[in-house]
Amino acid sequence: MFSTILFFIFAGVLVCAALGVILSRNPVYSALLLVLCFFNSAVIWVLLDAEFLGIVLVLVYVGAVMVLFLFVVMMLDVNMAQLRREFVGYWPLTAAVAGFVVFAMINVIVARHLGGMDLKSAPALPADYSNTRALGVELFTRYAYPAQVAAVILLVASIAAIVLTLRQRKGAKPQDIAKQVAVRAKDRVRLVKMASEKRP
Amino acid sequence: MITLAHVLSLSAILFAIGVAGVFLNRRNVIVLLMCIELMLLAVNFNFVAFSRFLGNIGGQVFVFFILTVAAAEAAIGLAILVVLFRERSTIDVEDLDSLQG
Repeated sequence: MFSTILFFIFAGVLVCAALGVILSRNPVYSALLLVLCFFNSAVIWVLLDAEFLGIVLVLVYVGAVMVLFLFVVMMLDVNMAQLRREFVGYWPLTAAVAGFVVFAMINVIVARHLGGMDLKSAPALPADYSNTRALGVELFTRYAYPAQVAAVILLVASIAAIVLTLRQRKGAKPQDIAKQVAVRAKDRVRLVKMASEKRP
Repeated sequence: MITLAHVLSLSAILFAIGVAGVFLNRRNVIVLLMCIELMLLAVNFNFVAFSRFLGNIGGQVFVFFILTVAAAEAAIGLAILVVLFRERSTIDVEDLDSLQG
């Protein structure tokens, strides 16, 4: 019962924050409200006994992805007033599409034909159940190769992001260390033999 | 007691908000990326809920992979956005039509 109350509180905050993400005029507010969304989602996942994923959501999304978003939002100097000038025109289409999505999904949910599964209560977990242990055992046995592929995807993504944003400034004068080390005295100093001269 | 219908309804509402955001913010690429994150979050809700109510941990492993790919997608998307802003000085979707010829 207590967990249901908690679920409704956090779900309410989650939906309000999500509405704020799409409706706020300032992208910085959008990003911060999205952080609030992820925190509330993490709490609800913990209520659903997915503790490890809840923590991962906070660490990966709030800690890394949303910081990246905030960084880019603040780095780009965007004229927001111009970006917002057609905001009102899409309302009917928006409401129609969103309403249809919710209607279709709720229709599926109330149909109660989900493979004859028990919608009301989750199977009870043993007292010494550890979500992290269960997830780790599954991840490193049956899903070992997909885990490797995920690691490669992360590596490729990080290298790609660096390569995309790296640029050489025009007019900059960087040092070429190899050239500096390889230089010899005879390349720099020229000894000239000449007869001595009298001061005029 | 939280039932499966509760979580699935919440997920449906979140997904609809994400779709609505894509329609409302058609001019700002950053907010579009945020809306995609919202929709991915809704999908993850479904996976977590079904994993819990079916007693099968495989759904949570899948959420793990979705989080990985979504993080990679956000990183590359934002990198492309930065390059785009350097080249064009705008992130308005309607100005990005140079492939039309």
